[in-house]
Amino acid sequence: MIVFEEVVKRYPGDYVALAGVSFEIRHGELVVLSGHSGAGKSTLLKMIPVIERPTGGIVRINGEDVSRLRAGAIPYLRRNLGLVLQESRLLFDRSVFDNVMLPLAITGHPPRDAARRVGAALDRVGLKGRDKEMPAGLSGGEQQRVAIARAIVNRPSILIADEPTAHLDSAYAGEIASLFKSFNDAGVTVLVSTHDEVLFAAYRPRRLVLGKGILIGDSAC
Amino acid sequence: MLSWMQVHARAASHAMRRLALQPLGTLLSALVVGIALSLPAAGYVFLDNVAMLARGVSGTPEISIFMVQEADAAAVAGIERRLRGDAGVASYRHVSRDEALRQLERSGLGDVLGGLSANPLPDAFVVTPRGEDPDLYEVLETRFRQWEGVEHVQLDSAWVKRLHALLGLGQSAVLLLAGLLGFALVIVTFNTIRLQIMTQRQEIDVSRLLGATDPFIRRPFYWFGSLQGILGGGVALGTVWLSVHALSAPVESLATTYGAVFVLSGPGLVDSIAILGFAAFLGWLGSAISVRRHLAERLR
Repeated sequence: MIVFEEVVKRYPGDYVALAGVSFEIRHGELVVLSGHSGAGKSTLLKMIPVIERPTGGIVRINGEDVSRLRAGAIPYLRRNLGLVLQESRLLFDRSVFDNVMLPLAITGHPPRDAARRVGAALDRVGLKGRDKEMPAGLSGGEQQRVAIARAIVNRPSILIADEPTAHLDSAYAGEIASLFKSFNDAGVTVLVSTHDEVLFAAYRPRRLVLGKGILIGDSAC
Repeated sequence: MLSWMQVHARAASHAMRRLALQPLGTLLSALVVGIALSLPAAGYVFLDNVAMLARGVSGTPEISIFMVQEADAAAVAGIERRLRGDAGVASYRHVSRDEALRQLERSGLGDVLGGLSANPLPDAFVVTPRGEDPDLYEVLETRFRQWEGVEHVQLDSAWVKRLHALLGLGQSAVLLLAGLLGFALVIVTFNTIRLQIMTQRQEIDVSRLLGATDPFIRRPFYWFGSLQGILGGGVALGTVWLSVHALSAPVESLATTYGAVFVLSGPGLVDSIAILGFAAFLGWLGSAISVRRHLAERLR
């Protein structure tokens, strides 16, 4: 469960990115976060894995107030979240397998079990058998799929994606959107920010709309 | 959950992969570290050889105890009893006044001694002290001097003291050199790790996003620095061994001209392990300082 209570984010220079945003996302929901550039979508998403901390208000993840989480506890929070960013953020000097393996290496999974999980994750994103390839040899859509495989390999309960289709053409973007839907169908809470709501329209997601740091629309309300 | 050893094994293998990915850079760093370390290592080996040579040439100094002229057999027996019970004495030899006279006659002074009416030489003891501590020799000398019936005690330990002082000076110089060059090694590692952190910037950032803890990120850099130090220590050992090999024949020839047999020896197993350990420690220290300085900003 993700809860935002009157969350404010003010940057130096008195720029207000979020001006008291409140909402609650229940377990297993598919939520699309939309809004114009500068509306505060990325800032909001960054508060869930504590990449940013709010200036005011409270952010709760599964009941825990993460807005005041001590630094040493942040890695353990992030291990339970799947993160997909606008750029794939892959390591280009490592193979597809090693990229997807990274979260499991961090959590210290036994190598044999980790290899099995990597294979399964790549299978889920349609890249079975491509594990030995290097990211530079993949298309933009395929790279983003590797990033998604990396995000789900730890079997997170919450998947957060910040504009995952921003740099993809419509065919690839549609495939990525259907992937998120399939994870949601498997019980994962999915929160995706996008410029292009049409991509997810067919899946009837809950829609949160931000405008100038304020929540101006919530289809659940 | 991985055990402590498995976690370190992973970090070490990650660091080794990084070293293997840049063979030229690794080689150059190992050479810089190795050459810097080879100077104090060679100095240490040199001093060790000099100490061994000095021990071989001189042996342990002896203390001569000369008794008073009128000492009788009972007095001689008393001194002998005391020497036997003295813990600082390894061995002793009694030179009777008759034996001393005979030795003097054999040395070519027979004509001079023939003109004397009586044997002018006293009974004497030649004492070999236990151990190689010059301070002990002086303690023994003072003690023997206080014994009844003793006229004179002779200890020629000035050269031993000079030798020990010279070796001590050499050791201090080697320590100073090791300190200075060790500092240089720390700086070299510091800079290498700084570059490593820069080149692995993205990996560090991504790992953080995926839930890597600070120790997880730092550990491979510590291993990288330590392994680089060990490689440098290996180069230093190789350099010292090559030098010993190259110099042993000329040194043996030189020793032969003095009628001595001397074989130059390189660092032993314990010394080699100590050099490698010292190099690894310096590498770790350089990486720890660099990680603290440069990674802290990324981990904040």
